Amino acid sequence: MIEIENATKTFGSGDAAFTALSDVSVTIANNEFFTLLGPSGCGKTTLLRLIAGFEPPTMGAIKLDGKDITRLPPNQRPVNTVFQSYALFPHMSVAQNIAFGLQMQGKSKSEVAATVDEMLRLVRMEPMRDRRTSEISGGQQQRVALARALAPHPEVLLLDEPLSALDLKLRKEMQIELKRLQHETGITFVFVTHDQEEALTMSDRVAVMSAGKILQIGRPRDIYESPAERFVANFIGESNFLNATLSGETVTLAAGGDYAVKRPDGVHDGTVSVLVRPEHIGLSANGSGLPATIENVVYSGEATVAHLALSSGEEIKARFSNAPNGDGALPGKGTHVSLALAPGAITVLRD
Amino acid sequence: MADTHAYRSGELEQEAELADTRQRWLLSLPAVVIIMLFAAGPLLVMVVYSFLTPGDFGNVKWEFSLDGWKNTLVQRDIFDDTLMWADAHLSIFWRSFSLSVITTVLTLIFGLPTAWFIATQPPGRREIWLFLVTVPFWSNLLVRTIAIQELIRNEGVINLVLLKIGIITEPIQMMFTDFAIAFGMTYVYLPLMVLPIYAAIEKLDFRLVEAAHDLYASRMAAFWQVILPLIKPGIIAGSILVFIPSLGAYVTPRVLGGGKNLMFGNLIELQFGAGRNWPLGAALSLMLMAAVMVALIYYVRVTSREKADG
Repeated sequence: MIEIENATKTFGSGDAAFTALSDVSVTIANNEFFTLLGPSGCGKTTLLRLIAGFEPPTMGAIKLDGKDITRLPPNQRPVNTVFQSYALFPHMSVAQNIAFGLQMQGKSKSEVAATVDEMLRLVRMEPMRDRRTSEISGGQQQRVALARALAPHPEVLLLDEPLSALDLKLRKEMQIELKRLQHETGITFVFVTHDQEEALTMSDRVAVMSAGKILQIGRPRDIYESPAERFVANFIGESNFLNATLSGETVTLAAGGDYAVKRPDGVHDGTVSVLVRPEHIGLSANGSGLPATIENVVYSGEATVAHLALSSGEEIKARFSNAPNGDGALPGKGTHVSLALAPGAITVLRD
Repeated sequence: MADTHAYRSGELEQEAELADTRQRWLLSLPAVVIIMLFAAGPLLVMVVYSFLTPGDFGNVKWEFSLDGWKNTLVQRDIFDDTLMWADAHLSIFWRSFSLSVITTVLTLIFGLPTAWFIATQPPGRREIWLFLVTVPFWSNLLVRTIAIQELIRNEGVINLVLLKIGIITEPIQMMFTDFAIAFGMTYVYLPLMVLPIYAAIEKLDFRLVEAAHDLYASRMAAFWQVILPLIKPGIIAGSILVFIPSLGAYVTPRVLGGGKNLMFGNLIELQFGAGRNWPLGAALSLMLMAAVMVALIYYVRVTSREKADG
């Protein structure tokens, strides 16, 4: 279990000081696939480097299984890193790279050899064992970096955007591969990414970060369906934001209609922003829902997106899966329709 | 019709290529002439002279003789005319070699941390440090060597300070010793070690060092296992650059070593001066060249193997 308590990291001093992390606290459970998600510069890599021990926090503490490791140098932490650049040793072969950590731990020759073989098998790189790292492809380097970091069997594996340099297809493969490895090894994975889809697909829990702070921590479903803040809702998936008035457990949309909602903590009655996901909107030709006008219809293969104008003047996007043979195709531009919002489709945001 | 046309154009192409080659030769002609005249020419003279007989007042007599080469290693006893090893020469060879090795090691010991320090400065400041390292090249070698003399002679700065603070009661004899030569050469050749190592460290990816620490390497282990192998080409280049001129050093041993502690360069000079044995001097010079070639071939082989591997 990793506990990060009130960690703050400031670079530079005086006027040039830059706070990369401010007062971050998070607890990561054993054998969890935990993802730090956020745009570049949000502090996610800094947090990873604090856990690895490359930088000390300016304030706060880091504990591993209850033991304070805040001041421990990286070579004394049972934590290994898969670097974004892979950082494979260019003067060593694939097998020598994987053996490095084990040798530094002072493992016996036979033990090193056995673990290296096991790791090569685990990442399916046995035929490449004697190759130089410059002689293998990006995806293969990625696997070697992974095997090298897993070989000493750390308690925690840190992954710094390890898939960002791979093309889409390879990235999808490696996502599944990483999940498999995490499952097989039982090691806690802390994964850094700016790719929201990657975060949702792979993680047990996700922490969404912005400007040096963690905005929300939760399971992928919580983060997607009940984002606490506008930033989180906007960063993850596609979003419609609508103006509304909150009164108790009911919101009244500016475009009309009362809806029952869950009221988040710390939000007062009055004007609020609400989130509606495009795929949670139903459409009917003459129902009893919100009146709207179709402004535009965009076909994108698996789905069709309708841009709609509400009576309040607000614009809203609705997304529909496409059926075969063009069944249920959307009516054309300028058609008046009514929108049906399923119960729970409306999330009240803290701004 | 089409065939002849193709044939024609092929011929034209060939002609153009020939003209191109001719022009390239023409352009490189001055360089070729200079190399022949000023490098190969004197070398040829040396080879020829090494097989001649010394003249009575310097110069050479045009009589073939192997004595020049023989005398590099053996000498005839003046009393009973037997052949014996030329101990004086052998001890000079040995001193040249060992002092060059010592100088190389010393410049490495001082140069590596210096290069590391400069390479890890913020980019803007590196330029200033590099500039400072090269400043000594701007003044004359002889002047700099005499300045060192000022430091280490019996009435020099070091002895005066040590006497003053009472660490010693009599000045330490440093001038005219092997120590003085090694000290002087280390000072003179240090920049030649610093610059190539600096270039290697500057190219070093420090994320690899982080990766080594992450994989349980202590600072020492990271240095020996990761940093050193990666900057090795720079260290080898620096060592060669220091070792070669050390082997043939002339000014420094002359000024700081006095008349007793000769090195290879001084021995050669002696043959063309007071010794009046030009063939021996020529043979010794060619021997020195051969030694340098061996060092260079070693360097080329090591670095090309490195490239093939890496």
